Amino acid sequence: MEFFLVTTLNSLSYGLLLFMLSSGLTLIFSMMGVLNFAHASFYMLGAYFAYQTSTYLGFWPALVIAPLAVAFLGALTERYGLRTVHRYGHVAELLFTFGLAYIIEEFVHLLWGRAPVEYKIPEILDFSAFSIFSTQYPAYRVFMMLMSVGMLACLYLVLTRTRIGLIIQASLTHPEMVEALGHNVPSVFMTVFAGGAALAGLAGVIGGNAFVTEPGMAASVGTIVFVVVVFGGMGSLAGAFIASLIIGAVQTFSVAFDYSLATLLTGLGVQLNTESAWYELWKVTIAQAAPVLPYILMVLMLIVRPKGLMGTREG
Amino acid sequence: MLEVKDLHSYYGKSHILHGVHLNVRQGEIVSLLGRNGVGRSTTIKAIMGQVQSSGSVVFKGQELMGQKAYMIARKGLGIVPENRDIFPSLTVRQNLLLGMKGRKESGRWSMEDMYNLFPRLRERAEAPAGVMSGGEQQMLTLCRTLMGDPDLVMIDEPTEGLAPKIVDQVANLFDEIAKRGISILLVEQKLTIALRISQRVYVMGHGQIVFEGTPDDLRANEGVRKEWLEV
Repeated sequence: MEFFLVTTLNSLSYGLLLFMLSSGLTLIFSMMGVLNFAHASFYMLGAYFAYQTSTYLGFWPALVIAPLAVAFLGALTERYGLRTVHRYGHVAELLFTFGLAYIIEEFVHLLWGRAPVEYKIPEILDFSAFSIFSTQYPAYRVFMMLMSVGMLACLYLVLTRTRIGLIIQASLTHPEMVEALGHNVPSVFMTVFAGGAALAGLAGVIGGNAFVTEPGMAASVGTIVFVVVVFGGMGSLAGAFIASLIIGAVQTFSVAFDYSLATLLTGLGVQLNTESAWYELWKVTIAQAAPVLPYILMVLMLIVRPKGLMGTREG
Repeated sequence: MLEVKDLHSYYGKSHILHGVHLNVRQGEIVSLLGRNGVGRSTTIKAIMGQVQSSGSVVFKGQELMGQKAYMIARKGLGIVPENRDIFPSLTVRQNLLLGMKGRKESGRWSMEDMYNLFPRLRERAEAPAGVMSGGEQQMLTLCRTLMGDPDLVMIDEPTEGLAPKIVDQVANLFDEIAKRGISILLVEQKLTIALRISQRVYVMGHGQIVFEGTPDDLRANEGVRKEWLEV
């Protein structure tokens, strides 16, 4: 019970963090029609910018400055990169974001080195918020959840209640018509891209110290975020939300289970020993298979329902 | 008010318009007639800056060629496309709000005007626009463009596929538009409405203007009707 509650909370905070990344990615996908391979790189930049800023000014200014800096880079990327490349078609855009991801990674190597940096949880949040039976639950995890929920509530309100939100919603599906009504659609696209980058940056700020800030973080989170977006359905925010929580739970729970198929088979009365056929496969525990589980889920989803959980268009 | 000269347009490598010329005066209703595929829709899209083009489009004394569509819209040109590009997930009211260029109602039309002209829009104000019938979507598209207070509105086949009762409502709206001093450039295939409400008509064939005159001129000219209009 204790294990279950703690793991549920952990998976929730991780799932919400994934959604901060996947929501931006899926909005940008609806808009451009291609996946932004550099999206997780903005997440990494958020973490590194926050680390750098916090060494001078502390965590709280970093919480504001880092996402803004990432948003600014996002705006530049759209305005001077993607908008120029756009006329050469989707493949060119895809390759552009792919190349950008590598450039950002090398840039991080150059500036901060290959080893993880010491980006720490702020002391004021480094205590236990409450205890579940014998486990002390860290306050920073609670702070992460509150930040994510607050940010996503803001995103939702902006998209549904404000004029710019309505313009964004309409532009995602009918950009030509929106422009013919006198709205500056190119600048709307830049705003969406910058906003998506800012969300990724913010996820980096609050995730970088909870997990680890190192040059490989973009690649490891990036692939998971793609799984989330494909699983949830390309272009669907609701789908991305559900998929984020599911994948978050799968990843968090699976590492804690030591069961394997052998456990199951033995329980069913099958005698297994080192001489049995496929013995190595039966002995693989769920925890050992944890890294591959999200991808298995994605492949299954693509077989059963190619457009994803709530996707409306073909990827 | 609108003066189009030697307009050439291209979709990729195919050359669609071959030197179109036409003009629309203040408060005038002008129809652009012709069979499917002769370039009528392309003409108004080119004027709106949505198609790669060359030539000259002067509106209220300003050259529009080379400007972005949203700048052209802000100068007072409106377009109502044939495919009824409503925003399906937004409500009827939100669709109308996005027709406005600023936050506040300004100019000749208010939301209340639209609801009075088409009571159906008031009834469905909070429903997603995507669930409305084709006729209702057509009204919404027209009203949405009018909310932007254009001085000239280009309308592509507004009565295509509509029930006769709704066609009458749309015709009433045209009267109302003209009464408020707004010019209309109407793209039509059917002669009946176009000849009834227009002051002048153009006929297009193969990406060029092949006839211009009054509705009476066209009625009298059986040759043009046979060659370029009748199916």
